[in-house]
Amino acid sequence: MSQPVEPEVQERELVYLDNAQTTRLDPTILDTMNEFMVDNYGVPGGEFGYRLEEEAREAIEQAREAIARRINASPGEIIFTSGGTESNNVAIVGAAHSDYYKGKRLVTSRIEHMSVLRTVDKLTRQGFEKTVLNVDHEGFVNVADLKAGMQDVRLVSVQHANQEMGTLQDLAVIGEISRSNGVLFHCDAVQSFAKEKIDVQAMKIDLLSMSSHLIHGPKGVGALYVRDGVKLQPLLEGDDRERGLRPGTPNVAGIVGFAKAVKLMTHEDSFRMRQLRDELIESLLTISDSRLNGPTGERRLCNNVNVSFRYVEGEAVLMHLDLRGLVVNTGSACYSQKLEPSHVIRALGGTLEESHGSIRLSLSKWTTKEELAYAAETIKEVVKKLRDLSPLGKKLPAQR
Amino acid sequence: MTATSETSAKRFGYSEKVMDHFKNPRNIGVIEDADVTAKVGSVACGDLIKLYLKFDPDHDQIKDIKFESYGCAANIATSSMMTEMVKGKTIDDARKVTFKEIAEQLDGLPRIKLHCAVLSRQGLEAALVKYEAKRGRVKVDDSFVNKILRGVLDPVEGVDIISAKMVQSVAVEEGKRVFMQLSAKAGSELAKSLTDDIHDAFEGLDIELNLKFKE
Repeated sequence: MSQPVEPEVQERELVYLDNAQTTRLDPTILDTMNEFMVDNYGVPGGEFGYRLEEEAREAIEQAREAIARRINASPGEIIFTSGGTESNNVAIVGAAHSDYYKGKRLVTSRIEHMSVLRTVDKLTRQGFEKTVLNVDHEGFVNVADLKAGMQDVRLVSVQHANQEMGTLQDLAVIGEISRSNGVLFHCDAVQSFAKEKIDVQAMKIDLLSMSSHLIHGPKGVGALYVRDGVKLQPLLEGDDRERGLRPGTPNVAGIVGFAKAVKLMTHEDSFRMRQLRDELIESLLTISDSRLNGPTGERRLCNNVNVSFRYVEGEAVLMHLDLRGLVVNTGSACYSQKLEPSHVIRALGGTLEESHGSIRLSLSKWTTKEELAYAAETIKEVVKKLRDLSPLGKKLPAQR
Repeated sequence: MTATSETSAKRFGYSEKVMDHFKNPRNIGVIEDADVTAKVGSVACGDLIKLYLKFDPDHDQIKDIKFESYGCAANIATSSMMTEMVKGKTIDDARKVTFKEIAEQLDGLPRIKLHCAVLSRQGLEAALVKYEAKRGRVKVDDSFVNKILRGVLDPVEGVDIISAKMVQSVAVEEGKRVFMQLSAKAGSELAKSLTDDIHDAFEGLDIELNLKFKE
């Protein structure tokens, strides 16, 4: 207990709380991946193969099984992709261009990832109609609007967890509305996969996008669940691998690493992150003029915290934190390449001011109590420092 | 973990000089007995500064200048640099400082952050014009009002409301009563934010503001 405190910020290890952006690879996964790059470097060939091919095939099929089991699917319903963005594109464009479906309308929400929103926009330029569902102040889609607007719909695409404020949509309700109307339901579950419970049967999901790098797996690999019987038009032409939906040489090491990451992510990890998350939220809300963005409890992604601080601007907060070895993210316009505030925070109906001071902290399974105590103390210090510079929020003598 | 926080002084595309002024802003704070204050920018835009100036009236010289900031690192650094550059200068010499020179003195700014240098320069101009109006050296007329409005930002586009063509007409009666017609819709978030910002911009002047928004 009497260890000396590190006096120099520079010597401190990073406290990384941007795990919704990407995570650190679990080093034990690297050993497994190495095996499939250096020793067993083959790829599956035709129906039968020589030993190296068979080793690779078996490894990929085992990976498929591990991922299928996690969402209550069959292994044959999983195809591997390069990540969440590709999975979203394959699902949405694939359904839109498929001859098997008739509807001309695509339904999505205002707070989806850009790989969904821009894909839907592209399809509207090709003749599709779109409905973009509004969300309430916590980020939940308006289910009544969804129910009322199911005429001529081909696909509903609604995410599971929101990337910025962790809202967990009620997938079973959306799935039921879609299924009872004979409409395909695609869900972008990149942020929640392997962290929150997903059951594609109970939730009546037809297409589900997943990613590896947000659960300590390697970057550049993801998966798409395609319910048996769902017919997609492939994006790429090539061989018959991945049911012809994702032709080309598979990323064997990546796929194996992804599956191992899934196995290493446990319910206990989620439970612990949820507890730490709530302690961090409580601690940050002791700062005056602060506000939690998004819902609380079980309806919030287990590793997401998003708090707005009035009278300070997010980029300045983020930079001061970076100088103190703390990595977070912000929805502030000043931090985005286009100087546009986050479309998610804006969709909640808050003022422009509220979008500028929003800070997102996302935990990993390795995040410790000590790290979060440092984070909370540092944020308090930096918010105070910036408020001291700010002309806003001070008790001014009565003017006007 | 091997990564540590100190890999480079440079961050987010900012020069070391910007980082220095961001970390240790010069002339930060308020002047209690300022001759003139100028608040430019917009809260909604996330980019706002308030300047406090004290003059030597005999020599038309900026005796002291301080600022407060609500904004990003570039906002803080450009205001800090601007105050350093004009402190001690006469009004005429201070006016010769351009936003480009402010950026150059900071060893450059990312292209998308150049508007912060523009804002700090507009703040200076607003303060100087207000000082001259207070001394009775410039008339409060359309041109004066336009100069002040150059410091008010359209929160959506981030450009001043004159350039954004949001001010449809300006009329001044007896150098005191200012009438403005604005393109924003009455009762909207935008109208509320503009009302605050425009009142802030004219703060300290003996002027009666009448703002009209589109019905």
